[in-house]
Amino acid sequence: MAVLGFLEPGGGHAVSRNGSDMRVSSPFVLAELMAWIKALGPYRWASNRLRGWGVTGRTAVTSVPYLWLLLFFFVPFLIVFKISVSDIRLGMPPYEPLITWASSQVMEFKVNLGNYAFLWQDALYRNAYANSIVTAAFSTILCLLIGYPMAYGIARSRPSWRNLLLLLVMLPFWTSFLLRVYAWIGILKNNGLINNLLMSLGVIDEPIVMLQTNFAVYLGIVYSYLPFMVLPLYTAIEKLDLTLLEAAADLGCRPTKAFFKITLPLTKGGIIAGSMLVFIPAVGEFVIPALLGGPGSLMIGRVLWEEFFNNRSWPIASAVAIAMLVLLVFPIWILQRVQGREMGAHR
Amino acid sequence: MANPRQEQRSEPWKEQGATPYVRIDKVTKKFGDFVAVDDVTLNIYKGEIFCLLGGSGCGKTTLLRMMAGFEAPTAGSIWLDGVDITAMPPYERPVNMMFQSYALFPHMTVQKNVAFGLHQDKLPRSEIDARVAEMLKLVRMEQFAKRAPHQLSGGQRQRVALARSLVKRPKLLLLDEPLAALDKKLREHTQFELINIQETLGVTFVVVTHDQEEAMTLATRIGVMNHGEIVQVGTPTDIYEYPSTRFVADFIGSVNMFEGRLIEDEPDYVRVESADLGGVFHVGHGVSAAPNATVWVALRPEKIHISRERPDGEGDNRVAGVVSEIAYLGDQSVYLVKLGSGRQVRVTQPNTVRQSVGGRISWDESVWLSWDSSSPVVVTQ
Amino acid sequence: MNQRRSFFVLTMMAFGFAFLYIPILSLIVYSFNESRLVTVWGGFSTKWYVELLSNEPIKQAAWLSFRIATMNATGATILGTLAGLALARFGRFRSRSLLAGLTTAPLVMPEVITGLSMLLLFVAMEQLFGWPEGRGITTITIAHITFSMAYVTVVVQSRLATLDESLEEAALDLGARPAKVFFLITLPIIMPAILAGWLLAFTLSWDDLVITSFVNGPGSSTLPVLIFSKVRLGVSPDINALATVLVLIVAVGIVTAGILMQRQQARRERDVQQAIAGNQ
Repeated sequence: MAVLGFLEPGGGHAVSRNGSDMRVSSPFVLAELMAWIKALGPYRWASNRLRGWGVTGRTAVTSVPYLWLLLFFFVPFLIVFKISVSDIRLGMPPYEPLITWASSQVMEFKVNLGNYAFLWQDALYRNAYANSIVTAAFSTILCLLIGYPMAYGIARSRPSWRNLLLLLVMLPFWTSFLLRVYAWIGILKNNGLINNLLMSLGVIDEPIVMLQTNFAVYLGIVYSYLPFMVLPLYTAIEKLDLTLLEAAADLGCRPTKAFFKITLPLTKGGIIAGSMLVFIPAVGEFVIPALLGGPGSLMIGRVLWEEFFNNRSWPIASAVAIAMLVLLVFPIWILQRVQGREMGAHR
Repeated sequence: MANPRQEQRSEPWKEQGATPYVRIDKVTKKFGDFVAVDDVTLNIYKGEIFCLLGGSGCGKTTLLRMMAGFEAPTAGSIWLDGVDITAMPPYERPVNMMFQSYALFPHMTVQKNVAFGLHQDKLPRSEIDARVAEMLKLVRMEQFAKRAPHQLSGGQRQRVALARSLVKRPKLLLLDEPLAALDKKLREHTQFELINIQETLGVTFVVVTHDQEEAMTLATRIGVMNHGEIVQVGTPTDIYEYPSTRFVADFIGSVNMFEGRLIEDEPDYVRVESADLGGVFHVGHGVSAAPNATVWVALRPEKIHISRERPDGEGDNRVAGVVSEIAYLGDQSVYLVKLGSGRQVRVTQPNTVRQSVGGRISWDESVWLSWDSSSPVVVTQ
Repeated sequence: MNQRRSFFVLTMMAFGFAFLYIPILSLIVYSFNESRLVTVWGGFSTKWYVELLSNEPIKQAAWLSFRIATMNATGATILGTLAGLALARFGRFRSRSLLAGLTTAPLVMPEVITGLSMLLLFVAMEQLFGWPEGRGITTITIAHITFSMAYVTVVVQSRLATLDESLEEAALDLGARPAKVFFLITLPIIMPAILAGWLLAFTLSWDDLVITSFVNGPGSSTLPVLIFSKVRLGVSPDINALATVLVLIVAVGIVTAGILMQRQQARRERDVQQAIAGNQ
């Protein structure tokens, strides 16, 4: 019979067997419950059999998230692929099944690669893909140029300040993404903050057109993804052993040179991680081009959205998605490798 | 540095028909192709403090972890009190471990930390409290019972860790570099405390350490390890005075090692001619080796007598040289003497009087080194 | 040597922080603008806040978003903690690299792809099994859990990676079985990280537009969906008011958390100093 003792962090008081005090902490109760279940006969029988098949308690832990992700993350991609090679049709769902009965004994399997051909041939799509990659790449570089000094400054500030500064970097991230992009509309509009300010100062006569341009999209992406760049950079810079720089100085190396020869290469992992964390989602961005961009800056995320919602063309939308995935496989693979090395370094 | 209690401790390994309490039987551990522990067989007796001594990477910690149950042997078995514990998970073994980092649970008080193991055994509350109080008293931490680990100093944490690992009265206590994190003064003090506690409770200890001083002070017996193998097992005296290999002789303390040829081999003495020395060793113990075999003679620095005058007697066990370096260490002086053969010999002499007759021996003086025939040890490996 | 930062670095930092905060500040300032033309100042007024209080669609959308975010955060935290535990503590088990890939891919996957694929899954499932019936709260929650558990996994995994394994080994050594070790030792110690993960998942779900748009159904308009439909048409002062309220809530939350953490840290440091000073 389990004694109602308990283990509460930072001190507490005893519970006697008479139960004169009912304060029990929940993790302990949970553990006791599990122990009680495990002592039951049927449980032991089942677990011994399962153990024979190589299934242990650990398997339960890994299989739950595993199965969830397989079903809800992985399988959907297969479905997207399947639909991307089917035909459009009216009604629900708006695509033809791949396998049909042409007659009572003949099964017909139709794969329509025309959707992909269509993507390749139509300039709209090709341009959208190209534009997405260029925009994302350019924004990533800008993000890096702004983010690296910021991360460096934070990493080198006094330890008591560092947490505060990091908090300040993260705070915008916790407020609504949508609303922050919206804020830029108010700033970049023809009668928005910047134009009003410049006109009232007499610097310009006509408002500068900033909204609905590529410039606005770059601005939006850099703005929204800056925290994703700063954090991995900060981690990498903070881990850098300062005595390495001292040794370099001692051997006659000037600070600027030491930065390029020592600091930069050693923080490579953070640079790559941060860049991938910005580049990959930026390629498929929808909200920013939708709110800040114009018809001339069509990005592939918007194309997919419009194919799906406006044209109701599921097969085309699926093909767009698969093509985007193919483009992103290489950057994703790079990110996995860098992250794997970072995690591995800890163990 | 010598352990004052050593002569009072029992020596169960010498008794006829004594059964070992812990039996490590041909245990091997491989990590991929790397062999961490190589076919080790060890017998440890009840009530011993057994030290596994070796440099980093020699396999001692891996062996300890296998005894605790955190690693499974690739081959071989481990027996405790007649029971095969090889396949037992750590939470079922009557073995407890004191970790190098102490591993005190940061979210629990000292009291809760020590009581944790007893809670797992489902003991009644009153008994848990009593045993925890008793143990805290033994390690002199009773007034810190309600503190959290981060409110304790390193030495205090170590005592709590010790209390926690002993409160379950394990059959075997494993200690992983127990004194490594303490500063020198505290270390010496704690060494004796550890021995006292062990003798009071009668628990069998296995200690892993790379510090020979620690091993010499704590251990009833030492097992010297190198590259995953046990090289020699014996009491501190045995290991120091009668090393079985060059490695052991060199690892413990400092030693002068001379290569030579066995020219006379009798049951009660041998003579070794050494070009290294430029002379002949007359060693007062027998050796099992072929005639004219190549052997090594180990001679400890403190056993060499240094003097300006030529010693009396025949030509063995003496050699002439010139003092090349002197280090004055306060309690002793270390001389490096260069022999005619070109070899440097290390000699230590305690500074027993403030001023020796004729002044202290100085640099570049010609001196004679001599030693008793019982001092050198012939080593065949 | 190098705790001094160059002028360049300090300027960039100032610029960077200004860049981050000016838009937010502009939202706040313009929310008090009398004029309906948000960016042309017409005088100070709090009327938009008053309007916000009686705006039913917004309040309902906010409540819906809140419920979904809470369910999502709890589900994602449980799943993410399990995954993080497996990746950090179970060594090299057979399906490890696949699990690692599956848990980190959602982090970077463009939302349009995730959203589209999940919708197609739900449609296919509906055809085959009849569940889920139509799209609504259930599908939104499932979709959100799927992508936000990746974030929780990263948080928990990196926390566990820095947690000294000897603590858990000590508990095993003292007689506690693995499950008990997790609940009694590991979990309490990493609880701050788990809470952070919960909050992170909550924020991601609360704020999500794209995925929600794909998998929601009639009658389930979350707050971001509502806001988006409004701002497509241009700026609107009640949105500014809403934004200010949300920013304030977040700011208060973060500042409070920051202060609490700072206090705890200071207390710990004091304790450690005392221990070292009064030691024996």
